[in-house]
Amino acid sequence: MSRQLKQLGDDIWRNKVEKVNSELFTLTYGSIVAQLCKDFNYNYDEVNNELFQMGYSIGIRLIDEFLQKTQLSRCVNLKDTAEIVSKIGFKIFLNITPTVAHWAADYRSFGLILTENPLADFVELPDDGKASKKLWYSNILCGVLKGCFEMVQLDCDVSFIQDTLKGDDATEIRVKLIKILKDEIPAGEE
Amino acid sequence: MSYYFSIIGNNDAPLYELEIGTYHQSGDGTPHLPKEIHQLEQFIVNSSLDILQDIQFKNNAIFTKNLDNFYGYQIFSYLTQGNAKFIILTDLKSHDESLRQFLIEINELYVKTLLNPFYTVNNPITSSGFDTRVRLLARKYL
Repeated sequence: MSRQLKQLGDDIWRNKVEKVNSELFTLTYGSIVAQLCKDFNYNYDEVNNELFQMGYSIGIRLIDEFLQKTQLSRCVNLKDTAEIVSKIGFKIFLNITPTVAHWAADYRSFGLILTENPLADFVELPDDGKASKKLWYSNILCGVLKGCFEMVQLDCDVSFIQDTLKGDDATEIRVKLIKILKDEIPAGEE
Repeated sequence: MSYYFSIIGNNDAPLYELEIGTYHQSGDGTPHLPKEIHQLEQFIVNSSLDILQDIQFKNNAIFTKNLDNFYGYQIFSYLTQGNAKFIILTDLKSHDESLRQFLIEINELYVKTLLNPFYTVNNPITSSGFDTRVRLLARKYL
């Protein structure tokens, strides 16, 4: 199963997605974050929040492209979901495959460990004493995941728990399933 | 042998400076510049900028040895494509090849610093990572 997924991810990445120069991408994202920091007067909580919101807006759209390109069907359980997010989702959009690890005992939460992070090349956080404690530089990824999950009826908590930029050993995103949303008829349509 | 190394931005403002001694010939990296030179080093380096500006459009070389000298102290310079200047003041008499290597690698580090979204061009370089890496290079080449 997992090998098939990897193969599928590779194929799609090679044939179906348009690519962009990675430095252009990294620097563009970098200037967005730097500008946000300036605009919010170095209030990093708000910067995190804003990045998350931006990501969320991307996520709720991106999932459609993802499903269209991959033609995947429903996942059976969260384990499946985790594999697909890592081996296909991250692969086709960022060309990385984070390791799925640190499952909780009840299998309702897992960690995605990013061995490389294309968003954070060249970056050094500002040394004002606050940034290295508060700023989650790549927080946009959490927003994207949150948005995507929500559109496939998974209400999740997504957040960074460590980041190499802050001097941690690894970069890890924690995904926690809160509940599975029911398919509902939109309000006003009977 | 001792070195005074400084990076000067394209508006002639200093971005970074470091005084370091050699690690070769059983040196331990402590600089031994005399006190008078220590006090004057920034002036000496800055005064050499005039010469550098005169010659920079006359020839294509980006590395200049013996750019200037001050009572036996020599000045080496390296000009980046973005017109930032790396200047070294030293009591060294010869062998400039390793100095050139040093400056080339510094250029690489400097470019990486420029790519950091939180760094603004021509601001002083305060990153401790940069400082450590420069010291490592100095250990290797100087």
